[in-house]
Amino acid sequence: MKPYSAWSVFRHGLRGNRNWPRAWRDPEPKSGYDVIVVGGGGHGLATAYYLAKVHGIRNVAVLEKSYIGSGNTGRNTTIVRSNYEQQANANFYEFSLKLWEGLSLDLNYNTMFSQRGVIDVAQSEGMVERYIRRGNAMRLNGIDAEFLDAAKVREELPGLYADDDSRFPVYGGLMQRRAGNARHDAVAWGFARAADRLGVDIIQGCEVTGFIRKGERIAGVETSRGSIRADRVGLAVAGSTGHVAGLAGLRLPIESHLLQAFVTEPLKPVIHTVATFEIGDFYISQSDRGSLVFGGELDGYNSYAQRGNLPAVHDVLEAAVTMFPMLGRVRMLRHWGGVVDMTPDGSPIICKSPIDGLFLNCGWCYGGFKATPGSGWMFAHTLANDGPHEINAPFALDRFERGYTINENGAGPIFNRH
Amino acid sequence: MIRIPCPHCGLRDHSEFTYLGDATVSRPPDDDAGDWTSGSRWSHYLYARDNPRGIHEEFWHHGWGCRAWLVVTRNTATHEVIDSKLAREREVQS
Repeated sequence: MKPYSAWSVFRHGLRGNRNWPRAWRDPEPKSGYDVIVVGGGGHGLATAYYLAKVHGIRNVAVLEKSYIGSGNTGRNTTIVRSNYEQQANANFYEFSLKLWEGLSLDLNYNTMFSQRGVIDVAQSEGMVERYIRRGNAMRLNGIDAEFLDAAKVREELPGLYADDDSRFPVYGGLMQRRAGNARHDAVAWGFARAADRLGVDIIQGCEVTGFIRKGERIAGVETSRGSIRADRVGLAVAGSTGHVAGLAGLRLPIESHLLQAFVTEPLKPVIHTVATFEIGDFYISQSDRGSLVFGGELDGYNSYAQRGNLPAVHDVLEAAVTMFPMLGRVRMLRHWGGVVDMTPDGSPIICKSPIDGLFLNCGWCYGGFKATPGSGWMFAHTLANDGPHEINAPFALDRFERGYTINENGAGPIFNRH
Repeated sequence: MIRIPCPHCGLRDHSEFTYLGDATVSRPPDDDAGDWTSGSRWSHYLYARDNPRGIHEEFWHHGWGCRAWLVVTRNTATHEVIDSKLAREREVQS
């Protein structure tokens, strides 16, 4: 398959764009592979890509129960950032952000990564101090951070209601200029195409229904398209982690919850960065097509329904029109609910599982998209070397029992606090 | 909106309630409390969850109503509420 180039766009354009070859193959599953990755979202596809590219393991299958990118990869709010304070998070997300910065070239696919900046808006004096502290921690870790005063925040966010009489005043904001957005579908398609070109089999419409055991070890998976054997099986199934791990008899520190997101009709450019707020954890950005994309907190109860409820819709829209009164007349295009795998401390798990041959990549909570390349890279390393890289070693399953939880917002390792 | 049949107040919107989570895990005796090690009853109680896609027993607190703790049986795949009873009236598993 030939790489995409300006010349190929021009040449196919002359022929009416009718003869583009398909971007990846649609193979029948083989009877066995070196590694099986379960889950054809961004993380699973990135894992397969880095297994083939970095570790030379090309006899790999990605099994997806639906079509690739049909889960949270294709239905998130596309924010990419590394503005973390905890050491383990800073190391990991900055590694991931650096991969993002070269991703379109690496994949030969335009992921439309746009470093338009993320501002965390401080709405109390206490938050100003907390954000300055976080900014300092980031700079010590070599991550860019810049504290903006209230006037500068108003300049960056012209539609913001930040008058002094506001019920939710604006005191300042922490800006990471290298952060931004990317096109979520392009990330799935780009990784799929690049992995496929290196020989990875992407098998869609193939649901895992059980595991093959050899003694205590995992030796493959039972699927809706037959048995497939492999010495190493990696799970990258996000919201379905509890269900799939349950098939192997594992109980994990994960609850599946609902997170809703919202998209408006397209507008002219009005919000130029990503902005997050203290009220209701509200956050907003504008897509390249002009739609405003925003969201808030979890619905707050266990669910696999991919469908949220109205109280959470009400809360998010209330925050939206409070901070941006100009949005009061904008029409909603759609909203949806995704299933997110929440851990007690709000941080992910990338490690070997207690069962030999089974590896875990889960617990992404509501922040998996920005981690996509870093998560794939680290999970590939863990699968290839039968153990973690030093950057993902802190994200081990046993951190809860050992008392080494990674607690970014300081709420404690307790379910329902993140 | 999920509607929860409260034994005291009748059918009420879930926005009147606060969610706690899995009601099938039970607190080990206090004399175990020092043991957090892998696979211990305390670490299972604190962190390990079945997290089923389907029938789930869970605690809800009717804070904007009778303020009772309920155990609600709900389908996590469809949000259908199957049963609810007062937490203090259910049989405690040993």
